[in-house]
Amino acid sequence: MTDTLAAYSLLLAYSAMAVYAIAFVMYVLDLSRRTGTAEAAAVQAASAPAGAGAATAARGGTALLERVGTITSRVAESQARSVNKATRFQRTAFALTVVAAVVHVGAIVLRGIAASRGPWANMYEFSLTGTGIIVVVFLLINFWRDVKFLGAYITGFVVLLLGLAVTNFYVAVTPTPPPLQSYWLYIHISVAMLATGFYAVGGGLSIVQLLQAAREKGKLPKWRFLATFPSSGALETMASRLIIVGFAFWTFTLMAGAIWAYHAWGRYWGWDTKEVWTFIIWVVFAGYIHARATRGWRGTRSAWLAIIGLAAVLFNFTIVNLFFQGLHAYSGLTTS
Amino acid sequence: MSRSDVAASTFGKRPDDHADSPEPGKVNQPKLGPIGWLRFLWRQLTSMRTALLLLLLLAVAAIPGSLVPQRTSDPNGVTQYMQNHPDAYKVLDSLGVFSTFASPWFSAIYLLLFVSLVGCIIPRTRHHLAALVAKPPRTPARLQRLIGYRTSTSAADVDTAVEAGRTVLRRMGYRVERYGDSVSAERGYLRETGNLIFHVALVGILLTVGVFGSFGYTGQKILTQGDVFTNVGSDYDSFNPGRFASIDDLTPFQMKLDAFDATYTFNQTTGAWDPKDYVTKLETRQPGDAGWTPQTLKINSPISIGGSEVYLLGNGYAPVLTIRKPDGTIVKDEPTPFLAQDANLTSNGVIKIANGLKEQVGIRGFFRPTPGPDASSVLSFAPQLSKDADVFMSVYVGDLGLDGGTPQNVYTLDPDKMKLVAGRSPTTQQKVGGGPIDLTLGQKADLPDGLGTIEFSGIKRYVSLDIHHDPTPTPALIFALLVLGGLLLSLFVPRRRVWITAAAGEDGTVLQYAGLARGEDTNLADAVAEVAERHRAALGDGPPPDDSAEPSENPKPRM
Repeated sequence: MTDTLAAYSLLLAYSAMAVYAIAFVMYVLDLSRRTGTAEAAAVQAASAPAGAGAATAARGGTALLERVGTITSRVAESQARSVNKATRFQRTAFALTVVAAVVHVGAIVLRGIAASRGPWANMYEFSLTGTGIIVVVFLLINFWRDVKFLGAYITGFVVLLLGLAVTNFYVAVTPTPPPLQSYWLYIHISVAMLATGFYAVGGGLSIVQLLQAAREKGKLPKWRFLATFPSSGALETMASRLIIVGFAFWTFTLMAGAIWAYHAWGRYWGWDTKEVWTFIIWVVFAGYIHARATRGWRGTRSAWLAIIGLAAVLFNFTIVNLFFQGLHAYSGLTTS
Repeated sequence: MSRSDVAASTFGKRPDDHADSPEPGKVNQPKLGPIGWLRFLWRQLTSMRTALLLLLLLAVAAIPGSLVPQRTSDPNGVTQYMQNHPDAYKVLDSLGVFSTFASPWFSAIYLLLFVSLVGCIIPRTRHHLAALVAKPPRTPARLQRLIGYRTSTSAADVDTAVEAGRTVLRRMGYRVERYGDSVSAERGYLRETGNLIFHVALVGILLTVGVFGSFGYTGQKILTQGDVFTNVGSDYDSFNPGRFASIDDLTPFQMKLDAFDATYTFNQTTGAWDPKDYVTKLETRQPGDAGWTPQTLKINSPISIGGSEVYLLGNGYAPVLTIRKPDGTIVKDEPTPFLAQDANLTSNGVIKIANGLKEQVGIRGFFRPTPGPDASSVLSFAPQLSKDADVFMSVYVGDLGLDGGTPQNVYTLDPDKMKLVAGRSPTTQQKVGGGPIDLTLGQKADLPDGLGTIEFSGIKRYVSLDIHHDPTPTPALIFALLVLGGLLLSLFVPRRRVWITAAAGEDGTVLQYAGLARGEDTNLADAVAEVAERHRAALGDGPPPDDSAEPSENPKPRM
C-alpha cells in the first residue's frame, strides 16, 4: 500500500514537472512577445508629436523621466504595460501553472499518506513539498499584485529543483526517525518552507528590479520586454513587502527550531551547522530590511542583499544538507 | 519645507543617515577637539551604515563556524580534523576558527553591533516616549506636495467640517489635534514601539545568554542497567559548569535504568536498519522521596528532575564479563559499557584489571549483537540482540599505567607498556597465544598464561544521558517572543499622518486632504481617500462627482 501510493506520488511529481516545463516555455514565449510589443509601442510613441521625447522612448531610455521627454516615454511605457497586461501565452502559461500546482499538491498529499506523516522528513520530501509551497505562494501572491511576469523564473526554478529531487534525492518511504518524531516537525519545517516561498518570489522580484534599474539607466537596450514590467521602484516595493513577510516567517522558524532543539538536544542554540546557516540567512535579510532604511542603500544595493539572502537559502538547503556535518542529518541519503 | 524636512521634524530621532532623515546640507566642518572626535566616532558607530556593515560582517564571520567542526558542538570532529590536517589545524586554531562563536573577532563584531544598537535605541526611546504624549504637529502650509492629496467641496460650513473631520479621524484610530481650520492626525505609534521592543529584546537575549547562561551546567553520564546515578559532581563521567555555577549546588536526585528498548525497521534503499523508536524506562528519586518513581525517557521528551533536564543521547550494550582467578575466586563481575562504532552497534570496549590477578591485565573487546553469516567480517550484521551475540577479545598483560596519576580514559587502553598474550598482532596480523578469545553468551574460556578464566555471563543495556541545568530558556523565550511581536508590529503597522483643512470658497467649503508616511506605506493614498470618503459621508454631502477627487500627481515616496 505504502509503496503503491509512493509510486503514484512519484508519477504525479513527474507529471507536474512536465506541465511546469510546458508552462515555462509559454512564459518565455510571452517574454519574447513582449519584446516585440514593447518595440511597437516605442515606435508608436516615436511617431507622436513630441520629437525629443520620442527619441528618448525609441532608445528605450527613461533617464530624462522627470524632464521634457517624460510624458511621451511614459505614454509608451504605459501603453506597453497595458497592452501586455496578459498576453495569450501568459494566460495559458498561468493556467498551466495552476494545473501543475494541483498535480504537484496531489503528489505531496499521496506521499504524506504513504508515509503517514508530514511529507518533509528527508531531502526528497522536503524538495517536493518546498517547491510545491513556492508555487502556491507565487499563485496566491497574484491575488495581491500581478507578478505573473515572474512565471518563467518560478517554473524554471521549480522544474530544476524537482528534477534534482526525483533524480538525486529520491528515497523510498521509511518510518520517521526518532529525532523527528515530534509535532515541531510540522511547525518548524512547514513555516521554514513558507518563508522560503516568500523569499523565492521576493528574491525573483529583486532580480528583475536590478535588471529594470539597469534598463532605466539606459543599459540592457536589448531587454525590451522589461519595458512591459513595473518600474524598478514598484518592483522594489513589492519585493520588500514579500521579503518582510518571509523574514517574519523565518524569525518564527528560527525560534521554533530553537524550542525543538531544546526539547530534542537539551539546548536551544548550539551553533550546529544548520543553525549557523539559519542565523546567517536571518542576519542577511535583517541587513536587507535595515539597508532599505539606510540612505544610499535603497534600490540596487539592497536588492543585491535580497539576492544574496536567497542564494544563502538555497545553499543552506542543498550544499549544507548534503555536504556539511551536523545534527540536522536528515537528508535520508546516507547510511551513517 | 520639503517632505523630508517635514518627516524629520515630525517623526522621531533617527540616525543621520536613516532614509527618512533630512539630507545633510553642505556643512563647514569646524576643527574637532578630542571630545569632538569622540562624538564623531560615536555618531559613526551609531549610524545606520555602520550597523548595516556590522550586520553583514556578522553574517560573513559566522560562515567559518559552519565550515570546520566546532569545539562546542563537535569536539570529536575537531580532534579528527587535527589528525587529518595537522598543518591547516595549527593555522586555523591560532585564528580561533574552531571556536568561531567565542572567538575575539566574532565577539568584537557582535559586541560593536550591540553597542551601536544601544546607542541607537536610547535616544530613540527617549524621543518616542516624548512623541507618545505629544500632540500631532501643526498642519503643513501646503498639502499639495504630500501623499494622496485631494480636494473636495462641502455644503457644510468650515467649523462643522473641521469638527466632523476630527471625529472621523479619531474613530479611525488617529490621535487628532485641531489647529485653526485644520485637523492634524497621527496613528501607528505602535510601529516605533514595536521597533524598539524588537531591538531591546535582542539585547535582552544577548544578556540572558551571557549572564544567566553562566549559572548553568551540563554533564554526561553513562548509566547501565542496575547502576544508580546520584546527581553529585563526582558521579558524572564529564561535567562542565558555567562560570558562576558551583558543583556544590547540585540537587542530589538519583536515577537508575530499568530497561531500554530500541526498535528498528529495515530500510530497503540503504540496506541498513533505521532506528524507529527508543524507549528508556528509568526510575528516579528526589531527596526526601520514600520510594522510586518510574519515568519514561525518549528522544524529544526529556525528563525534568531537581531543576535539571535529562536527555537521551545514545545507547549501547554492556556485556557482563566475569573474570576469575585460577582458583575460581571472582575478580571482576560487572557490565562494561561498549561504545557503538556503527549503526549496527558493532561496539568496542576495554576492561582493566589492576588488582586480583597475578599481573595487571587489559582486555580490548569487540561486541556484536548479531554476527553476520560472513565469518570473515568482524562487524555486526544488525543492531538487535541475537542469541549468537559474541565478544571478541585481545588480552594484554603488563603495566596499565594506572599508577602514574595521569587521568585515564576508561574506554581506551594504552598498550605501550603491555604485552599482547592473546589476539592478533597489530603489525603482523599473526595469531598470538591461540588468537583472540571469542565467546558467545554463557561461554567461558581460559585466559592465557594461567591468569584465570573469563566468562561472557550476561548482557545489559546502557544509555548515555546528558544532564543539563540551564536557567536561560524561560527568559530567552520571553525575549524571543518580544522579538517576534515587536518585529510584527514594526513591519506591519503603518505609521501615518493625515491632515484635513477646510476653507470657505465660492461653491462652499473647500476641503483638502493629504497624508505623510513614515517608512513603507504603500496604502497611504488609499487611506487618505478613505478618510475623505468617511468625512464626506459624515458631512452628509452627496456622492462626489467623478472629477471632484483628483488623484495626486505627486510622485510616490521613495520606496
